[in-house]
Amino acid sequence: MIPPAFEYARPADVDEAVRALADAGEEAKVLAGGQSLLPLLRLRLAFPELVVDVGRIAELRGVREDGDSLVIGAMTTHHDVIRDPLVRRHAGLLAAATATVADPAVRHRGTLGGSLAHADPAGDLPAVVLAMDGELVAQGPAGRRTIPARQFFVDYLQSALEPDELLVEVRLPKTDGWGFHYEKFHRVAQAWAIVGVAALVRRDNGRVAEARVGLTNMGTTPLRATATEEALAGAGDADAVARAAESAAVATQPSRDTSASPEYRAHLARVLAKRAVLAAAGMG
Amino acid sequence: MTRVSVKVDGTNYEDEVEPRLLLIHYLRDRLGLTGTPVGCDTSNCGACTVDLDGESVKSCSVLAVQADGGEVTTVQGLAGEDGEWTGLQRAFHERHALQCGYCTPGMIMAARDLLRDNPTPTSDEVRHALEGNLCRCTGYQNIVRAVLAASGQEVGT
Repeated sequence: MIPPAFEYARPADVDEAVRALADAGEEAKVLAGGQSLLPLLRLRLAFPELVVDVGRIAELRGVREDGDSLVIGAMTTHHDVIRDPLVRRHAGLLAAATATVADPAVRHRGTLGGSLAHADPAGDLPAVVLAMDGELVAQGPAGRRTIPARQFFVDYLQSALEPDELLVEVRLPKTDGWGFHYEKFHRVAQAWAIVGVAALVRRDNGRVAEARVGLTNMGTTPLRATATEEALAGAGDADAVARAAESAAVATQPSRDTSASPEYRAHLARVLAKRAVLAAAGMG
Repeated sequence: MTRVSVKVDGTNYEDEVEPRLLLIHYLRDRLGLTGTPVGCDTSNCGACTVDLDGESVKSCSVLAVQADGGEVTTVQGLAGEDGEWTGLQRAFHERHALQCGYCTPGMIMAARDLLRDNPTPTSDEVRHALEGNLCRCTGYQNIVRAVLAASGQEVGT
């Protein structure tokens, strides 16, 4: 399968990339690692007039600390995220979930920012960044703005980025001391999650003091299992966690496809939420 | 057209390519390096795996222009100048790690990537490292044995 023809630009820095996007209007697509965009092009599901390849922009790669936050460049590959000592220390959930994305060859090319900007609700990392209360920093012609993850994912494959904006970095509050786990159900190792659950748990005196639960593929965007999060407060044993997980699918609108019905997805959300929270809380 | 300069299996190439040209098509159709097959064409099967700048990639999911300035190694670039196979290639041969052989170039390139990072992997680690490579002859047992053998570990038959 051969992609449709397009013009190609390879800007050297972020300013140049933003100018290229602004000049092209809505007909441009950003090429990050290409592991989602190239399949879309090959299948002729996207017809950009211009592809802006940001793969050579060094300032978009790497991880640094900024006070209580970790700042990850949008073009940092999954492979580098998994191995980064700062990510492992301060954002363990992201490292663990990223290790389950696709397969090694895809993780060599695919990037954190690309995965988030693609805004596929079946992608693993949108729900993780949502659960971590992350922020996404975009740069456009007027400068930079920070978008909370809760406002970033607008609809299926649609983010809050304007056509002339480039996602430049992801800011994650450090979760030192939190337990974490990403539990996903998929048919084969490299397939998309049928459902995934990202759990972060802070314990105090053996009880759940605070829990955050993100849901993969339970709607047109990643979601938070708010009812479960509220029910988890104060949970002191596995039974209490299991009861809280019963509401994991409340207020979700899972899709129907060849892999699963909405009812089955709701069932998976409840089961996986229980497993993920028990593992994150160290009660499993 | 966009100008690319790529080193493939030790040889430097300069070409004008359409930006939409996939690396796999550049390797096969322009350079004649047909040792790397097109499998699924949807980035699922891993048959087209090559090494780009020291990392395994699925060459159906990389544009030739993205490889500009880079160095590609295909399965055809592994053997020595005298044609002598690497230990990994020999292990695939000796352990009968192929039936139809279609997945073999990708399996070898993915296994090579693993052994570079982790010279003595466990059986489980080998299976995880090859999760992006499909063998439809269901030959995984011998493939895993071959990778373990290539790492110098004793394995049963």
